[in-house]
Amino acid sequence: MRHVLSVLVENEPGVLSRVAGLFSGRGFNIDTLNVGPTLEKGVSLMTISTHGEEQIIEQIIKQLRKVITVIKVVDLSNARAVEREMVLLKVNAADHNRAEILRIADIFRCKVVDVSVDELTLEVTGDQGKIKAIVNLLQRFGIKEFARTGTVAMRRSMQL
Amino acid sequence: MELTGAQILLESLKQEGVKHIFGFPGGAVIDIYDELPRYPIEHFLVRHEQGAVHAADGYARSTGKVGVCLVTSGPGATNTVTGIATAYMDSIPVVIFTGQVPTALIGNDAFQEVDIVGITRPCTKHNYLVKDVKDLARTIKQAFYIASSGRPGPVLVDLPKDVMQARTEFEYPKTISLRSYNPNYTPNRKQVKNAARLISKAERPLIYSGGGVISSHAGEVLTRLARRFSLPVTSTLMGLGAFPGNDPLWLGMLGMHGTYAANMAVNNSDVLISIGARFDDRVTGKVSTFAPRAKIIHIDIAPTSIRKNVNVHIPIVSDCLNALKALEEDLDELSGIDWEEKHSAWVKTVTGWCREHPVKYEPVGKTGRIKPQYVMERIYELTKGEAIIATEVGQNQMWAAQFYKYHHPRTWLSSGGLGTMGYGFPAAIGAQVANPGKLVIDIAGDGSIQMNIQEMATAVCYNLPVKIVILNNSYLGMVRQWQELFYNKNYCATCLDTAPDFVKLAEAYGAEGYLVEKTEDVVPVLTRAFASPKTCIVDIRVEPEENVYPMVPAGASLTEMLLV
Repeated sequence: MRHVLSVLVENEPGVLSRVAGLFSGRGFNIDTLNVGPTLEKGVSLMTISTHGEEQIIEQIIKQLRKVITVIKVVDLSNARAVEREMVLLKVNAADHNRAEILRIADIFRCKVVDVSVDELTLEVTGDQGKIKAIVNLLQRFGIKEFARTGTVAMRRSMQL
Repeated sequence: MELTGAQILLESLKQEGVKHIFGFPGGAVIDIYDELPRYPIEHFLVRHEQGAVHAADGYARSTGKVGVCLVTSGPGATNTVTGIATAYMDSIPVVIFTGQVPTALIGNDAFQEVDIVGITRPCTKHNYLVKDVKDLARTIKQAFYIASSGRPGPVLVDLPKDVMQARTEFEYPKTISLRSYNPNYTPNRKQVKNAARLISKAERPLIYSGGGVISSHAGEVLTRLARRFSLPVTSTLMGLGAFPGNDPLWLGMLGMHGTYAANMAVNNSDVLISIGARFDDRVTGKVSTFAPRAKIIHIDIAPTSIRKNVNVHIPIVSDCLNALKALEEDLDELSGIDWEEKHSAWVKTVTGWCREHPVKYEPVGKTGRIKPQYVMERIYELTKGEAIIATEVGQNQMWAAQFYKYHHPRTWLSSGGLGTMGYGFPAAIGAQVANPGKLVIDIAGDGSIQMNIQEMATAVCYNLPVKIVILNNSYLGMVRQWQELFYNKNYCATCLDTAPDFVKLAEAYGAEGYLVEKTEDVVPVLTRAFASPKTCIVDIRVEPEENVYPMVPAGASLTEMLLV
C-alpha cells in the first residue's frame, strides 16, 4: 500500500543523504521525495511517498526515527490529509490543437505559464489521480518535457 | 582562555574521563599528536588503523566504557571502516576521531582526502564533520553521549586540520539536549504486567538473552530472575557471559551452532522471553519455523529490532536492566505460585536434552592430531572461566563459544554481527589495556590471525601479555566445512598450507612462541604461556578437517541439526 510520510529533520549537511541512504541501504522504495525549509530556522520538512507491506512501512518509520537528525515522523496515510503535487509540462500545441489543449487546461484548472508558436507549458496542481488524468489526456498531443515536484501533504484540521 | 582545536579535543577527552586511546598519526592530525604528551591520556600506537578501532572496541566490550581512537585522514580513515562496521553491528560504544584536510580544500581531491563522513554514514550510529572550532566541544560531548546511550554504537568525528589549529574559548558543555534523540529507558508498565501474566501462564518458558543484557549491565538481574522463577536460559553469541555457563538452567548458545538443548527448547517453548536480542538469521534459522509454539515477549531498547524479523506478541521498548527489574517486581506480585514446582517438568526436559546431547566431539580424529575442542576445554579448566576470551571468526570462534563456559559479562569478545576475521587479536589488546591484571586470550585460527598479525608489534611494545592460541588446521576452516558439507568438498581457495612459522614470527616480534603438536603437550605448554609475563603465540596443530557441530544448515529450521 502507498504511504505518505512527513519527516521533520534538522537541516544539517548530509541529512538528505542519511535519509536517502537508509532507503537504498535497506531496500525500501521511494516513489517521490520532496524537501524544503520550514518556518523554523534550521528545520526542514521531507515528504516521502513510499509503498510496501505494513511490516515494511513500520520498519521504514522506525528506521527513520533512529536517524539522529530526524526530529519527527508522521504517517499521513493513517489520517485524513491533503495531498498535492505540482507538475510543469510542455506540450506540443500546433494551431489546430491549441484550443483543445486550453480547454483541457481549463477543465483541470491548470495555468498556462509559458507559450510559444507551437508549444504550451502548463502548471498542474493536484493529487496523483488528477495528474495521471491530465497526462493521459495530453499525451496524444505529445508531451515534450515533464517535471514534477513529488507529493507534499498535510494533515487535515478536522479528523472526521 | 583560548585554546586550539587540538587542545580542545584533548581537554574534552580528559573531561569525558578518557584515559587510553588507540591511534596512528598522519599529516592531518599532527597538531593533535603535538599536544598529546601534555595530557594525562595514554596513547597506544597500533600498526594499522583497523587495529585501533578493534582495540577501542575490545576496550569498550571488556569495560562498558567508550573506546576511543584517533587516526589521520584519507587511508587512515578508510582503514577504520571495517572496525567501525564491526562495532556498529554489535552495538559497541566507540568514538572515532579522523583527521581531515583543511576545510578550504575539502571537495578538491586534496592529498589524503576522503569523504569519510559519507563513507561511514551507513555504519555509524551518527557522524560529524566539524567545520568550525566553536562547534568542537559540543560535538565531542554529543559524540560520547550518542555512542554510549540508548542502543550504543560507533560515532565518528571528522576533524579538518585548520579546525585543529584555530582558537576559541573553551568550555565543555555540562548538559546535552538533542530534541531529535531521546532513547526510551523505561518500560511501559502495562506491557510488563502483560508479560508477567503471560509468563505465569506458561508451562514451557524460555529466556533468549542477547548482547543488550551485557550492554545494559543486566547480567546479574537476569541471573537472579531466571533462578527465582525457574526459567531456563539460552543466549546468542553476543549474550555469552550474562548468565553463568555452569548454572543448571543454562542451556548453552542457540542458533546455527547452538546446542541441541537450546534449539530444542526454542522449538518447544510456549513463551519465549527475548531480552536484548534481535532475531538474527544465524539465531533463527528458517524464520517461519522459529519458535513455532511460542508467544514471544521482546524486550529491546531499539524499536527497530522489534518486529523486524519476527512477529512478537508483547513488545517492550526499554533498557534491558529496567525492564528486567520491572518484570521481577510484577512476577513477585503474582503470589501463590510455586515457580520451581510449576516449571519442574519443563526444566527436567531441557536438562535432559543437555545431558543426552551435550556439545561433544570424537576424542580422536582421522589424523590423530589434537582436537581443537579439547584445547578449549583445557583452557577453560586452566583459567577456571576467569579469563577474558577474544576470538577471531570462524571455527575457532564457534569452538570458543561452545567449549568454554563464560561466567561473567564482558569476558567474551567476539565479532558477532559482522563476523570480522582479524577482530580478536586487536580486541584482546584493547581488553588487556583496560584490564592490566587479567589473563586475556585470543582464540585464533591460522587464517584470521594473519589478518591483523601486525599488532604483535603493538602488544610487545607496550608489554601487553596477550596470549594468542592458534587452532591451526591449515585451512580457512569454516569455509572448508561448508565446502565439505554443501559444495562436494570443492576446497577452492581454503587451503592455507603455506602459513608462516608462527613461533619464529612471535620471536621476530620479540614475543614468545610455542608449537604444540601432541595432545599431552597442550596443558603444560598453555600453563607456561599463561604464566608468562610476555605476549605469546601458542601454535597448536589441530585435526585439519574437524567440523563444528551441532550445525543447522543455512536456511533450515533449528530442529534440523547436524550432530556429531
